Amino acid sequence: MTGTDREALIGALSAEEIAAIEREAAHLPRADSAAIEALRIVQGARGWVSDESVRAIAELLGMSPAQVDSVATFYNLIFRRPVGRHVIMVCDSVSCFVMGCDRVRERLEDTLGIRPGETTEDGRFTLLPIVCLGACDRAPVMMVGETIEGPVDPEQLPALLERYP
Amino acid sequence: MTAATAQKPLTGRIETQGGYVDLEAYEAAGGYAAARDAIGGMTPDAVRDLVKTANLRGRGGAGFPTGVKWGFVPPKDTGMKYLVCNADEMEPGTFKDRFLMENDPHLLVEGMILGAYAIGARTAFVFIRGEYAQAARALDSAIEAARARGYLGEGAFGGRFELDLSVHRSGGRYICGEETALLSALEGHRGQPRTKPPFPPASGAWGRPTIVNNVETLCNVPGIVRHGADWYQQLGRGEDAGTKLFGVSGRVRRPGLWELPMGTTIRELLEEHAGGMQEGYRFRGLLPGGASTDFLVEEHLDLPMEYGAIQAAGSRMGTGTMIIMDDRVCPVQMALNLQRFFARES
Repeated sequence: MTGTDREALIGALSAEEIAAIEREAAHLPRADSAAIEALRIVQGARGWVSDESVRAIAELLGMSPAQVDSVATFYNLIFRRPVGRHVIMVCDSVSCFVMGCDRVRERLEDTLGIRPGETTEDGRFTLLPIVCLGACDRAPVMMVGETIEGPVDPEQLPALLERYP
Repeated sequence: MTAATAQKPLTGRIETQGGYVDLEAYEAAGGYAAARDAIGGMTPDAVRDLVKTANLRGRGGAGFPTGVKWGFVPPKDTGMKYLVCNADEMEPGTFKDRFLMENDPHLLVEGMILGAYAIGARTAFVFIRGEYAQAARALDSAIEAARARGYLGEGAFGGRFELDLSVHRSGGRYICGEETALLSALEGHRGQPRTKPPFPPASGAWGRPTIVNNVETLCNVPGIVRHGADWYQQLGRGEDAGTKLFGVSGRVRRPGLWELPMGTTIRELLEEHAGGMQEGYRFRGLLPGGASTDFLVEEHLDLPMEYGAIQAAGSRMGTGTMIIMDDRVCPVQMALNLQRFFARES
């Protein structure tokens, strides 16, 4: 591959993304160890990780696209498909189960008209299941973007969702 | 020693501040004195032996003696070694490490400086679950502030101990809390566990000697170095030393988290601190320390929360954050919820 091809591939990433990935890689003994950081940085900027981004990360870190994708698909917080503006993760682990998380999920599905793994047609919300969010004193809990919401009253969900336009 | 930190070395500063403890407040309460004293006047082996004598046991769930684990690093190996803090708090029902990192991040930074000094590591990582965004930001800014004050990085402690500390935000998955899976993930791979042996202290991250310690474990180290092993042992009520962050969730009046002496009874936690069961609910059983610990029932309520006592009753103290089963939740469905969790995450 010529230098120009390489530049074109990496060019799918912004200068800010490349600088952020290189800052992370500086702490690590090998460039390919920064694969997860790179995926997170790209997702942070774009919302999800496209095939084009996978190829660019691979080129930047000296990996094959298949290697990068095998890492990406292991981790549930790396999105290889577009998601809504707000990703809602509803905890279904034991403390939240005791406190009634099934009702929260059912009410969310009804209100949004989607099932876990789906995105609303207007691109506003994606609904996902998640393991224990580590906020069990506020069970039942869910996370909207980076915000923990809890205890969630299923009856108040429509009002709660209004805060996320 | 201030009165607050004498009894509550983990959360005393947070109580005094009414929340987040910044670098100034942490130093005003005696913070980083332990690191300065250790690096200025103690050998790494002396720090390790002190932690061993104090009988600090791992707070991530297994309760392995921390000083003994540190001693497994090959003494003659002068190459790279790593200290990794396991902040991948994902055991269902557990919400203690989040509280420490969000509110007193410098306590963890100082604990990691001391741990790294003791084992001879010059590079350390906090491996934190991706959902803990606020905790990761608190740690990033604490690391930055500590570097500016000469506690981390080039020239730290007058050039005597220059630790490179950084935060790795994980991409998810419960299995990454298992230490060999965690190391695979830290290396940038799929988070798959490795066959043991070799154990991480001999061959861990990037094939080098690596110690993996839980957040709360490392947060106990500054107090031990500052006030000594005797002080630490006297904090516990029974056979285990120190204090512990205990939590209660479920249908109780005041679900929450409290720093209390090791050996506090389950009944005291449930009735005095959590305020007893909510109106209309009766106690039926509990998981003493996370989803992977076995159920205890009424006859166990007067047991002290200690590694030995809970194990003798057929369970484990685990993370010390208990989940209460009330009389309106179906025990079979609750067991099914636990089984589904482990099936999905393995």
